[in-house]
Amino acid sequence: MSNFTVEILSPAKSILKIEAHEVILPSFEGEIGILKDHIPIITFLRPGIIKILSDADQEFFVEDGTVEFVNNNLLVLTSTARKLSDLKKENLDLIITETKKAIDKDSLKDKEKYLLTYKLETLKNIIQ
Amino acid sequence: MPSLDDLKKRIKSVKSTQKITKAMKMVAAAKLRKAQENAEKGRPYSQKMQNIILNLTKSISDPQNAPKLLVGTGKDKTYLCVVLTADRGLCGGFNSNICKLAKSNFKKILGEGKNLKIITVGSKGLDQIKRDYGKYIVKKFSFKEKKQISFNEADLIGKEIINLFDKEEFDICQLFYNNFKNVITQIPQAQQIIPAIKKDSSDKQEKNSTYYEFEPEEDEILEDLLPKNISTQLFKAFLENAASEQGSRMTAMDNATRNAGDLVDKLTINYNRSRQASITKELIEIISGAESL
Repeated sequence: MSNFTVEILSPAKSILKIEAHEVILPSFEGEIGILKDHIPIITFLRPGIIKILSDADQEFFVEDGTVEFVNNNLLVLTSTARKLSDLKKENLDLIITETKKAIDKDSLKDKEKYLLTYKLETLKNIIQ
Repeated sequence: MPSLDDLKKRIKSVKSTQKITKAMKMVAAAKLRKAQENAEKGRPYSQKMQNIILNLTKSISDPQNAPKLLVGTGKDKTYLCVVLTADRGLCGGFNSNICKLAKSNFKKILGEGKNLKIITVGSKGLDQIKRDYGKYIVKKFSFKEKKQISFNEADLIGKEIINLFDKEEFDICQLFYNNFKNVITQIPQAQQIIPAIKKDSSDKQEKNSTYYEFEPEEDEILEDLLPKNISTQLFKAFLENAASEQGSRMTAMDNATRNAGDLVDKLTINYNRSRQASITKELIEIISGAESL
């Protein structure tokens, strides 16, 4: 299978740079899978899981981010990426309770609520 | 003519000062390496983000309705200047250089009859600016207790700026910080972050532009991206500033150590001379005493 380059950057450092044959992104309007020679695309993410399929599969939890794919280079800019295997259950529980609290606030706009709901769902899925 | 005792004391005190500056230099050198690494690691993110924004703006179909963060409010009445400085002194001209640049800009802005608002980050800049421009300061931040500034702090200030922008408190936002070039050279810089593009930059595009697919629409992406970009640019400025501060401190302390060394040499010569003089004097006294007998 033909590969392309995936790069995940956080403001402080480069988190990951590898070759992969498929990447699944939680884009704002739904999940998209990216294969080699996808047309150039710019989109942004909602909370969810980035799945990178290569020789050694990797998964990252993200809360937001911006994605650019051009010339077989996938660039993910995010300040919140965390490797799934590094997330501990206790931490997750804490984030879940915080997120639940945040959702219950009345002052939320629809968009914020939409994002938080996704965050909660993803986190619950991770725990299971 | 200072007495021998005085000279001895002075030599001792200069030597202990030298020890302190030497230690500070070592610490700065160690911190500098780390700060420099961080600054270099942080550069790609902000560059790539600028790139994406540039690509997005190229394909915006309706410039009239583009987000205000990108194209500005159409006015340039009120300027918001964000001045980033250090929280600690003893770093040579680091803080003064930023303030000097900022002040000359303030003067220009006020001279053109425009309104000025200032946000200071770091206590040293605040001290220097509030003397002349204290009444224009709208917000001050200081992260003295933080050992290392993370993205969260940048985000905090970024949100504050956007908040002010939404309330239409200002039209143009400028950022003042030191760009880290190398250990000896740090260049104070003024960077405009709102609006994100300057008008004249629209001419030199079109070349090798790729056709992008956008999901959702360009405008929506931009609305999500632009606030993030402000925090990112701030964070980049923070990192550059941190590296510059340590670099500047290192050179300043290196100079101080060398100067202290020179001073010690000079004082030691003085000390030896007066010691010799007093011995000679005593000898003469003894000899002339013996002769008179």
